[in-house]
Amino acid sequence: MDLENQKRVKEITEKYGAENMIVLIGGAEAESAGLAAETVTAGDPTFAGPLAGVPLGLKVYHPVEPEFKESVDADVYEDQIGMMEMVLDVDEIVAEVKAMRDEFTKY
Amino acid sequence: MNYSVVKGTSYILVHAPDMVIHNGTTQTTEKYLNPDSEYLKTLPNHLRSYEEAVNYMPNQVYIGNHKPEVLKSIEQPWYDKGAEGAKRDGKFGEIMPQDEFIGLVKIVDVFDLVVLSKEFTEEIKSKLENHPLLNEGLFARLKTGQDMEDIERYVKEQDAEGLYNDKKLVGCVKKAHDVDVNLSAHVLLENLVSKASGTLAALHLLHKNDLKPEEVEYVLECSEEACGDMNQRGGGNFAKAIAEMAGLTNATGADIRGFCAAPAHAIISAASLVQAGTYKKVMVVSGGSTAKLGMNGKDHVKKNMPVLEDVIGGFAVIIAENDGVNPMLRTDLVGRHTVGTGSSPQAVITSLVTAPLDKGNLKITDIDKFSVEMQNPDITKPAGAGDVPTANYKMIAALGVKRGELERTDINDFILKHGMEGWAPTQGHIPSGVPYLGFARDEMLEGNMDKAMIVGKGSLFLGRMTNLFDGTSIVMEKNAGKLDDTKGISEDEVRNLVAEAMRDFASHLLQG
Repeated sequence: MDLENQKRVKEITEKYGAENMIVLIGGAEAESAGLAAETVTAGDPTFAGPLAGVPLGLKVYHPVEPEFKESVDADVYEDQIGMMEMVLDVDEIVAEVKAMRDEFTKY
Repeated sequence: MNYSVVKGTSYILVHAPDMVIHNGTTQTTEKYLNPDSEYLKTLPNHLRSYEEAVNYMPNQVYIGNHKPEVLKSIEQPWYDKGAEGAKRDGKFGEIMPQDEFIGLVKIVDVFDLVVLSKEFTEEIKSKLENHPLLNEGLFARLKTGQDMEDIERYVKEQDAEGLYNDKKLVGCVKKAHDVDVNLSAHVLLENLVSKASGTLAALHLLHKNDLKPEEVEYVLECSEEACGDMNQRGGGNFAKAIAEMAGLTNATGADIRGFCAAPAHAIISAASLVQAGTYKKVMVVSGGSTAKLGMNGKDHVKKNMPVLEDVIGGFAVIIAENDGVNPMLRTDLVGRHTVGTGSSPQAVITSLVTAPLDKGNLKITDIDKFSVEMQNPDITKPAGAGDVPTANYKMIAALGVKRGELERTDINDFILKHGMEGWAPTQGHIPSGVPYLGFARDEMLEGNMDKAMIVGKGSLFLGRMTNLFDGTSIVMEKNAGKLDDTKGISEDEVRNLVAEAMRDFASHLLQG
């Protein structure tokens, strides 16, 4: 996750409280989505940004995960994400992001 | 209606290993943050020689010595496979070595900001003297060079940016102002590299297509650099600066910006200018970027592979009046990502791909080849960015499925038939849509293809002025061979219009 985004996540979390945060990740690759999920839960694995060594433990989802899909209007979902569901390796992305969430999310 | 045509193209690369180290932002940032880092120490061992960069299939495809289809037959990664019949000169351009290019940077500098050492100047003189595209006027601009002591002093004491070859200082770019950062040596080097590589592309375009310099009436430059001073930071005008160097005495021009989408915007603008009759021949041209050299270098080094982002890219296209032969640019089949389009991939692909097709009652399968962001996957995959062209083709195919034009099981076949492996260096605007123009023109002239779509996309949010994304697209089509001779408006219509105006005038008189 780029350093500027890490800074924004950190600032918003400090302002609104970690328990009130949900991070939605748009990464198209499982690896990059997993890294972003790790960054906002366990801390920046590359130790380069403001979240290095800062385990925020935030709730984190990718829009192709069932938890997200079921909580939004089905038509809007189909309109905005339906095509990408066909394109992305959904199973791989879900596995990566869920693994990070299960291990590091505190809320 | 007479569409304009793609009359010729050129594509050039410059191998610039020392610029990877000294001018690529990944490396300059690392030097600033961690000057003693392991990455900076090991990086030089991962840089390719000129011969290796030439003997690399994606580069040979870029300059036109192989068709893009050849890449499908080579197993990835490609960097350890070599390229059959690899050579410096290509059908569309050349791969210039760094030493000669540094000479070219000096040649295009009109403010004596570039200083090369006497020894280095002597060394490259004999090479550049034999370059078929450098005429006497350009060659004389190389001059004789200065003492090395002066150059060392400029770099150490006067904020000049060093120019290196074979890891040795051979010259520098001086700053042009004491306090203005826009005229700092760093910015000027980036701009002069862009100008020099753009000039090389323009010269190849003229040479390879038997085009007389004085025939070109207008130039649209579409790189991602900005030239100006502190009172007008992006004042421009690279287009005219390049036109001057290429001897386009009858041309003026302007710069078009839009991140990686700029070349597609420029092609559509040029096609429209010619179709409207404003100019007969418009050149679209762009040089490349030093900042993006070695952008994914850390990942390449980590994966123990060569740093593949070691070339600067450039291209030029000449768009001319319909000659009944060359492929046409269908300005009625243009796609654009509007402010209201939205940012979901579905909305983006709809606006860029299917919206223009709908205007012509076409299906996605009516387009023989889609030229999207043709980034070389050899570079992007090890960096975790995936295979960019394939991701684009999957999205186009998936949209086709949603529209009922394809079966879901046909997605892979669609990608094989209508897609291509990427071959262009990751120089932002350079891989964006335009790399296939030259090949598409050849295929259409040979009668092998009817339609191609050129798609450019740009990440505007990087400039922090808008969160929006951007893109535009145009269909290129085999020439129908017939020119439309009819005037835009018939005599009867003119008579009616005049009569109506007279009636209107008379009624005003009566009212008065």
